[in-house]
Amino acid sequence: MAAEIKLEKVRKTFGKVVAVKDMDLLVEPGEFLVLLGPSGCGKTTTLRCIAGLERVDHGRVYIGGRDVTELPPSKRGIAMVFQSYAVFPHMTVAQNIGFGLRMRHAPKDEIKKAVLEVAKLLQIDELLDRYPSQLSGGQRQRVAVARAIVMRPEVLLMDEPLSNLDALLRLQMRAELKRLHREVGTTTVYVTHDQIEALSLGDRIAVMREGEIVQLDTPNEVYDKPANVFVGGFIGTPPMNFLRAEVRKADGSVYLAVGDFSVEVHGEWQEKLEGMVGKKVILGIRAENIEVRPTPEGGALPARVVVSEPLGAQQLLTVQVGGDVLKVATSPDLSIRPGQTIGLVLTKEKIRLFDEATQEALKLD
Amino acid sequence: MNAGLRKLLGTDTLLPYWLLLPTLAFIGVFFLTPLVKAIILAFRSDSGTLTLEYFRRMVADTRFLDALKYTFLLAITIVPIQVVTALAMALLVNTGFKGSRFFLYLFALPLGISDLAAGLIWLSVFTQHGFLNSVLYHLGVIQRPIYFISYQNIGLTFLAVVVAEHWRATAIVMVILVAGLQMISKDYLEAAEVLGARGWKKIWYVILPLLKPSLQSALIIRTIFALQTFAVVLALAGDIIPVLAGEAYFWHFLYHNSHIASAYAVLLMAISIAMTWGYLRFLRSRMEVIRG
Amino acid sequence: MSFPYLLRRTLLYMAVFSFAIWVLIPIVLIGISAFTPKNEVYAWPRPIIPSHFSLETMSFFLHSYGVVRSLLNSVWVALLTLAFTLAIGAPAGYAVARFRFRGREGFRLGILITRMFPTALLAVPLAVMYLKWGLYDTLIGVALIHTAMALPFAVIITTGIFMGVPKDLEEAAMTLGCSRFGAFARVALPLALPGLAAAAMFTFVISWNEVFAASILTVNNRTLPAHILTTIQASPLYFRFAGGFFMILPALFFMFFIRRYLFHMWGGATAER
Repeated sequence: MAAEIKLEKVRKTFGKVVAVKDMDLLVEPGEFLVLLGPSGCGKTTTLRCIAGLERVDHGRVYIGGRDVTELPPSKRGIAMVFQSYAVFPHMTVAQNIGFGLRMRHAPKDEIKKAVLEVAKLLQIDELLDRYPSQLSGGQRQRVAVARAIVMRPEVLLMDEPLSNLDALLRLQMRAELKRLHREVGTTTVYVTHDQIEALSLGDRIAVMREGEIVQLDTPNEVYDKPANVFVGGFIGTPPMNFLRAEVRKADGSVYLAVGDFSVEVHGEWQEKLEGMVGKKVILGIRAENIEVRPTPEGGALPARVVVSEPLGAQQLLTVQVGGDVLKVATSPDLSIRPGQTIGLVLTKEKIRLFDEATQEALKLD
Repeated sequence: MNAGLRKLLGTDTLLPYWLLLPTLAFIGVFFLTPLVKAIILAFRSDSGTLTLEYFRRMVADTRFLDALKYTFLLAITIVPIQVVTALAMALLVNTGFKGSRFFLYLFALPLGISDLAAGLIWLSVFTQHGFLNSVLYHLGVIQRPIYFISYQNIGLTFLAVVVAEHWRATAIVMVILVAGLQMISKDYLEAAEVLGARGWKKIWYVILPLLKPSLQSALIIRTIFALQTFAVVLALAGDIIPVLAGEAYFWHFLYHNSHIASAYAVLLMAISIAMTWGYLRFLRSRMEVIRG
Repeated sequence: MSFPYLLRRTLLYMAVFSFAIWVLIPIVLIGISAFTPKNEVYAWPRPIIPSHFSLETMSFFLHSYGVVRSLLNSVWVALLTLAFTLAIGAPAGYAVARFRFRGREGFRLGILITRMFPTALLAVPLAVMYLKWGLYDTLIGVALIHTAMALPFAVIITTGIFMGVPKDLEEAAMTLGCSRFGAFARVALPLALPGLAAAAMFTFVISWNEVFAASILTVNNRTLPAHILTTIQASPLYFRFAGGFFMILPALFFMFFIRRYLFHMWGGATAER
């Protein structure tokens, strides 16, 4: 049971604030789509518009080909997991999970069977007779998920379901959710501000900002080829590093000038940048694509170390290149002290370029 | 339910208004209409002419000045004492000592006691055969009962009313203040402690300013109700001490003149509004002085 | 345990106990009065504790003309008031708690203002209007004005109560197949029930205690307070004491149950923003 979701020019305003700006979105059946973005970007509002908990001011919503724009949540074939879990305090776990089926007037033994099945799937079958006040946060979260899945909905909506869990539990539940999606296969729309969750769980990620989708792509694409500076700086731990640079030409080849230093440009860019000599660009590169050398020799970009953070598996350095601040990683065995100047070598193929004025990515094609 | 009807009844935009409708209708009929009617009754004679006759008669009545005097005196005397007492009780309970919850409920008991009952309760204390006289006798202080409630000792009678009202209505103020205190985040108090403000200093510099909105509400509410004191006075002191609300009652009920009764009611309303307005201005300017 | 700490603690407890005694003693006294034999009420010198407790005073009171009837009237009026007030006020409280609509703040302000109307301002004209409507001297008439007096409280209280029920619980119910009303009935209402019960009891007490309007609006069908007030000059002392005791009984009883909600009600009423 997996339906396609289509949003057509959906717009939702709250007073003077436009939360969702004329959004078009297509979610494939069975897909796990993540709506990712900072607080206030409209991701939760979008989700609630799909659910029917908010009436759209403009536009249409389709689920499974049906126009559900005028329908209440109960008639849309959706099930939702709320950020606060919204587990009914005055009902047992079993009653909570079975609630939706009871509303459908399903026969009692069917409900019992379904509840048990789903409870086992989420490993809460031991807790069926307990009340939510007797459960831990993680357990309550599982009840919320079970309550939604047992409905066998066409569409599953999740609003930051992991954000109230502690770090360890969050890790576990992430894997659980991925496993569940593989087994049950419902079309899922998942809202989060945590980009790690997004990268881990999503088949595709819709990065949102101020009511609009700025990039809709697979995790790899969003990570590797961000559509603009915002996406690059939002995704990844640590986020993408940015250097201000200018396109210059010397000896027949194009290169990037970062301050007084030159950075080589990948072959494919040569042609593209020919016509852009003198243009101010932003150079984006991720920490894992920067090699750290103890000294700035051999053409390496000099960088002054500001802070060194030992993170176990690696050493995270905050360095300064000209007026820009970068985060780079290196082996924990290297002895690096604040104030020291190190050298950085950027992997050409992984350099991404952005227009300084528009902040949009420069495309090769 | 067809879509059209459902849309009309159930749209989120209209639903709240439907839910409010009964209340609004009720208030319209039972508040606004009587208000208008009272003003009409006070200013318009049965034959339909506009007149100040009723106000004139009200003012000319021998009991009018006394009623005005005593109503004001009551409000001015009782309210400050009550607020201080209520504040003390609220602060005590707020310290959260063991059993504070129990005492909180205990202190709040008078909330459920009608002003008539309160008057009767204190009657049993102050009447010539009452408990106060008995205690004083057994302590050897007096040989014969003191007439706390009599024309001769009007001062004492007034005091008795003050004591009774104070006892009855302090709980009302206290509950407002306790709620206000509970809303003060513990963080503020802990920060204050760390910065060196303990005990009395903490109360004066941190708690009281934060309690201002509650204090303000409590003062206004309590004053307005104090101006309407009625049954306590009647039960305790009969008609020895005239009060505005009492006069309204007598004129309507005993003398069957709803016009003059309405005049009293309108006067009461005007005084309430004036005092509320006065409070708000006074307290607002105080707030500015403290802030600036 | 340092000495200053102990000293402060002792002072604290002394203060608390003093207040407690101050609150309790008059209640105890009226209780004593109500069970004092008739003749001892007028005796001088008067022992604090009567020679024996007797039910004479109470019995005299209850058997006095019109008392039992007024008692029943009071109960009936209070119950009617309770039903009307909740039926009318709870939906309004729910609306203010759940929806953001134009005029919301104006409505709340209006409610607060109605609390400040002097009872006389309502009762006197209503007495005249009731004559025209045929509601004068009826229990329903009194119940209606009591409802008007209790309505502002009810709206404020139920607003607080429903605000305490998280909105997403009802939303979750709606995603699981409930209509808006179904979600309210199955989720919000059960959770709000304790608070609503407290509001109901509070309304009962308000109606039970109300004196002025009840006295003005009735002649033959009096409530208990109205009856006592109108006979107060003529009745013997012990009658009044018994009456007073009777009046406080339901209050004492209910206050025990609604103690947890006291702050929602009075406190929340003014501290609301």
